[in-house]
Amino acid sequence: MCTPTPARIAATIDTKSPKPPSRKGFGRWVSDHLVLFVGILVLVYTFVPIGYIFALSFNQPSGRSATAEFESFTWNNWETICEPDGLCGSLKLSFQISITATILATVLGTLMAFALVRHTFRGRATSNLVIFLPMATPEVVLGSSLLAMFVAVGVDGLLGFITLVIAHVMFTLSFVVVTVKARLAGMDSRLEQAAMDLYANEWQTFRLITLPLAMPGIVAAAMLAFSLSFDDFIVTNFTSGQSVTFPLFVYGSKLKGFAPQLFVVGTLMFLISFVFVIAAELWRRRRPTY
Amino acid sequence: MTEAVTTPPAPPAPVVDGENARRRGWGWLLLIPGMLWLAIFFLFPTVQLFFTSLYDPSGSFERGYAMTWHVANYADAIIDTSNLFLRSFMYAAITTFVCLLLAYPLAYAIAFKSGRWKNVMLVLVIAPFFTSFLLRTLSWRAILSDRGPVTSFLQTIAILPDDGRLLATPVAVIAGLVYNFLPFMTLPLYASLDKVDHRLIEAAGDLYSSPFTGFRTVTFPLSLPGVVSGTLLTFIPASGDYINAELLGTPKQYMIGNRIQAAFLTERNYPLAASLSIILMVVVVLMVIVYVRRAGTEELV
Repeated sequence: MCTPTPARIAATIDTKSPKPPSRKGFGRWVSDHLVLFVGILVLVYTFVPIGYIFALSFNQPSGRSATAEFESFTWNNWETICEPDGLCGSLKLSFQISITATILATVLGTLMAFALVRHTFRGRATSNLVIFLPMATPEVVLGSSLLAMFVAVGVDGLLGFITLVIAHVMFTLSFVVVTVKARLAGMDSRLEQAAMDLYANEWQTFRLITLPLAMPGIVAAAMLAFSLSFDDFIVTNFTSGQSVTFPLFVYGSKLKGFAPQLFVVGTLMFLISFVFVIAAELWRRRRPTY
Repeated sequence: MTEAVTTPPAPPAPVVDGENARRRGWGWLLLIPGMLWLAIFFLFPTVQLFFTSLYDPSGSFERGYAMTWHVANYADAIIDTSNLFLRSFMYAAITTFVCLLLAYPLAYAIAFKSGRWKNVMLVLVIAPFFTSFLLRTLSWRAILSDRGPVTSFLQTIAILPDDGRLLATPVAVIAGLVYNFLPFMTLPLYASLDKVDHRLIEAAGDLYSSPFTGFRTVTFPLSLPGVVSGTLLTFIPASGDYINAELLGTPKQYMIGNRIQAAFLTERNYPLAASLSIILMVVVVLMVIVYVRRAGTEELV
C-alpha cells in the first residue's frame, strides 16, 4: 500500500520492540499476580450459588419441599422433572414467549440500528433518547405502566401470551438496538463500497457483504434478548394475567414450598447454555474473523 | 517531515465510518416499526401512567377513578414512602460501589492478565447467570440462612454474635443485589479496559511512575467509559428491584419496588402506585442524565 520509508520502518519496529526491562520488586509482583488472584476469587464467588443449586438438585428432602440443607442423595429429582404440577408447562410457555419475543425484537431492533448508523435524517437525537429511556427506566415502572394501559384499554381480560410478548419485545428492543449499533459502527464501510464498485446492486451488497459482517452483532443481540426475556420476572409479573412462566412458577413456589426439581431445571439451564456458548466459541474460532 | 519527501502524495482520504458513510434518503423508514412499538407500548403507557398518578385517590379499581388533577397524590406518596426511596437509593448506591470493587479486578485480570485464557474467563463471567435469577437468589437464601455455612463461619470467628444472623438483614439484601448485578458491571468494564493501549501504560512506567501511579493516572481514566456504563447498568435495575428485598430481607428492608408492586397488584391503589412509579422514573432518569453529562459521555446510547 505504501512504500516503506525509514520513518515507517522505524515506526513498525517501535511498536514491536520488547518491553523495557521490567521493574523488579514487590509492586510489580503484586500487579502481576494479585489482580489475577483476586479476579479468580471473584469468579469463584459467582459460582458458589451454582454449586448449591447443583447439590440441591440431588437432594432428597425429608419434608415435602427442598430445604437449605442437604439431607440425602438421590437421582429421583432428575427422573421426575415434570412431576411438580405445572413446572414443565411453565418452561414450555417461557420458551414460546422468549423465542417469539426474541425474533420480533431482533428484527425490529436490527432495522432500527441500520437506520441509526447508516442513514441521516431529522430526529436522530430524539430517536436515540426514545431508545435509551426504556433502559433507564426501572423494570417495575415499565411493568406497572404497561399493566395500567392494558387495564385502561380494557384488554386486562386477555392478559397472557400476547401481552407478555408485547412487554418482552418492548424491554428487550433497546438492548438489541444498542448491541447491533455497536457492531455496525465498527464495520468498515469501504468493503460495501468495493462491492458496489464491482457492480453488485444494493440488495446483493446487503446480502453478501453487510449482513454477514453484521451477523455476530445480530446473534449477540438475539442471545441477549433471549436471556433477558427468559429470565424476566418483574415485568412478567405485571403483565402475565393467569399465565405462569418459569420465573413466575419459581416465585409461586415460595408459598407452596420449593420442589427439588426446580434445582434440576436450574442445573440444566446452566449446563445447556454453557454447552451452547462453548459450541458458539468453537464455531467462531473455525471461521476467519473480520 | 522526511516522510512527505519520500512518499507519493497521499490519495484523497477514504470515506471512513461515521458521518460520511451515512446516506440521506428513505433509510429512516427502517426505524418506524420499532419506534411505533416503543411509542405504543412504552411512551404511551408512561404518559398514561402520569395521568393515572393525578386521579382522585378516593376512587377504586372496581368503581373507576375520576380525573381530578389531584397533585396531592405526589405529596402523599412522598410522605408515605420517603424512607423507602432513601433506602432504595442507598442500597442501590452501596450495591453499585461494591460491584465496582469486585468487578474491577476481575475485568482488569481478564483484559490484561488472562493471556490465552481470555475467552474462557469471559464465558465464566456470564456462565453463572444462565441459571434463573430467582433460583440464584433462593440459593443465596440457603447459603446465608441461620444454619448455613456463612453465618456459622462468621459466628466462629466472632464477627457475628452467636445469635446474630445474616438473612433478613440489609447485608443479605445488598449481598443479593451485588451478586445479581455483578456481570452488568464486569462486562462494560472489561470492554473499555480491553481497548486501553498497553503502550500508554508502559510509557507511564518508562517515565518512572510506580505501577500504582500509572494505574491512577493512565489506566483508570481510560477505563472511565466502562465505569460510567457499568455503574448505570447496575444502579438502575438495583434501585427498582424488589425480589432481593423480598426473598432475602423482611418488610424492614423493603425497597420502593416492593411498595409499587404491592400498591399495583395487591392494594390496587393505582393513583398511589402511579405517582410512586413516576417519582422513581423521574429521579432515576434525572440522576442518569446528570451523571452522564458530568462524566462527559456525549452519546447516551
